[in-house]
Amino acid sequence: MTIPEFKKHWTSLGIGMVWLFILLWPLLGIKPEGLEVASTFNVWWRIALGCSFLLFLYQLNSAGAFRFISRPAGAVAGSMKSATSMVPMAVWFVIGIACTALIPQFAGRYAQDVAINCMIYVCLGLGLNIVVGLAGMLDLGYIAFYGIGAYTYALLSVQFQLSFWICLPISAGMAGLGAWLIGYCSMRMRGDYLAIVTLGFAEICRMVLNNWMSLTNGPNGVTGIKAPGLYWFDFTNGMTLEHIWLKKLSLVYYVILILVVFTAIAVYRLQHSRIGRAWEAIREDETAAEVMGVPTFYMKLLAYCSGACFGGMAGAFYAARMRFVSPESFTFLESAMVLSMVVLGGMGSIPGVILGALALIALPEIFREFELYRMLVFGGVMTLMMLFRPQGMLPSKRTMRSDKD
Amino acid sequence: MEYFLQQLINGITLGSVYALIALGYTMVYGIIQLINFAHGEFFAAGGYVGVIFMSYLLSQGAPAWVCLSGSLILAMAYCAMLAVAVERVAYKPLRNSSRLSVLLSALGMSIFLQNGLMLTQGVYDKAYPTELTQGGFEMGNVMLSYMQLFIVSLTAFLLVALNLLVFKTRMGKAMRSTAQDKVMSALVGINANRTISITFAIGAALAAAAGIMVGLYYGSVRYDMGFVPGIKAFAAAVLGGIGNITGAMIGGFIIGMVEIFAAGYISGEYKDVFAFVILIAVLYFRPSGIMGENVDDTRV
Repeated sequence: MTIPEFKKHWTSLGIGMVWLFILLWPLLGIKPEGLEVASTFNVWWRIALGCSFLLFLYQLNSAGAFRFISRPAGAVAGSMKSATSMVPMAVWFVIGIACTALIPQFAGRYAQDVAINCMIYVCLGLGLNIVVGLAGMLDLGYIAFYGIGAYTYALLSVQFQLSFWICLPISAGMAGLGAWLIGYCSMRMRGDYLAIVTLGFAEICRMVLNNWMSLTNGPNGVTGIKAPGLYWFDFTNGMTLEHIWLKKLSLVYYVILILVVFTAIAVYRLQHSRIGRAWEAIREDETAAEVMGVPTFYMKLLAYCSGACFGGMAGAFYAARMRFVSPESFTFLESAMVLSMVVLGGMGSIPGVILGALALIALPEIFREFELYRMLVFGGVMTLMMLFRPQGMLPSKRTMRSDKD
Repeated sequence: MEYFLQQLINGITLGSVYALIALGYTMVYGIIQLINFAHGEFFAAGGYVGVIFMSYLLSQGAPAWVCLSGSLILAMAYCAMLAVAVERVAYKPLRNSSRLSVLLSALGMSIFLQNGLMLTQGVYDKAYPTELTQGGFEMGNVMLSYMQLFIVSLTAFLLVALNLLVFKTRMGKAMRSTAQDKVMSALVGINANRTISITFAIGAALAAAAGIMVGLYYGSVRYDMGFVPGIKAFAAAVLGGIGNITGAMIGGFIIGMVEIFAAGYISGEYKDVFAFVILIAVLYFRPSGIMGENVDDTRV
């Protein structure tokens, strides 16, 4: 680091901080009683101090002051990585499932609740991962399919008393059908336009759910949805089969665990099939894939629909678990949430998506007292992540990103 | 007939608001091919800053025209500064990375700004002072309020000013040439970064003006009011042919009219759906919009 560079950083920080003060001041300090600077200053000096500290650390780091820590740490991380790669992926998968399966035995109600929530988002993230991570299509309306799945089960359960297990494939099918309808019109588009069309579709879906009073009961939502049921052996007098409702939280937990495992295996198999390769080819270069004989239109439609099917299944589970659905749960913000799980975790990588869901659902639960700042931090982290590590925390191994579009 | 005329007036009013927001989208998209998701937040921030300054000036005993024009100018200046800051932080470092990264960065900024507004100003509606905007002309049963007159004439003024800026000044020439080819215009000595920042600033200032108008028209602002008008304005920009300034104006008026007439004659509950249906239909049948040239394959 040279002296002019050093000066340049601090000058731009100074300008930035003055700029920030001007931006903060009207929002915090102008009251009808008069102009007030104290409260703005109060917020501002903390931010300024934090930023200066970060810049100081950054300059020390680029001057090489931390080499005595980072070099051994890097060596340790490298050897850890080579040690973990000795054990095959499947073993880690089994260990992970065994550990999650034990959670209801040892953890309390609250932790189970968080874990279930987390796993719903893992399902959603894995489904969206097919669309965004594998086929490279930006989908901002994914939550619509979650909503379609949830409402399909809710209505079938309330109107016709159908069982959860029958409705699960029906919900997936309905979501897939919805995806086919919108996808057939929009698969010719790429990039930003597709993003906007899917966003528009999700908003249309939400408004229909909100306004079709006779079917969906509008903003009040649907109540009285049945929990999943199961036939289980009953040994009280001889051996009979008894129907039990899975209302207990720990039993519901296993249902979603099975769904997660099913989804993860399905996505893994899809990714490593011919279809998955075609998707990845489309993601890397659509024109080249088409020239090489990949039927891009049908492959993209297939990716979109199969992603939606997993979303629909997650939705059906959500309806069965909450036993109540309302359009409130399917807003654009949820779409953004699932999308950022996929992107922050690492697009196209299954462990990445799981890590992303953990980071976005479980971490805020730990920092409960900062509840108010949660979405603020979320938005900020999303931007920062794109600036500093656009490939996500655990990027997929099979990419050929040139980082240019 | 009177009902129709009334709806026409309302439609023009709403359409001019959408046109102002759409201009920001279209200018930014035209110059760096980015859907600036945070644009709806500039609109909301403009509405908020407008109400803050307006009630401050009013409490200081300033006359009505000072309140209106002062808060308008201050809010526009504020949003221009905000837009430049956002562009510097979230978009400029990503200029050469993939489209997905920039779009997500924009999405993150939008969520950040929205929640920043919520944290600083609270979750409840903030009311605009009503005493500035009462009264109007009445012709039979058709009502044209001073507010609507103010909105339409201010929009007309801003649109003319923008057109003069873009087509008659050196700055406008730089913007147009940067939109066409960044590398070539840099070679002939145009500072691309500065031009992009100015484009952002102008777009956000127009959105801020729209925010104040909406606040005055409906009487209040809310921290999350930017999202739906933002998407509708984007629909307007696409309808007019994205990147095309005249197109954005026409698109804005069409979307506003369609919304008002659909609400009046078909169904009030589904009025928001029509903008999205138009958006999808336009992208399907004529992705280049009404005024746009043919968009090349990579962009669609």
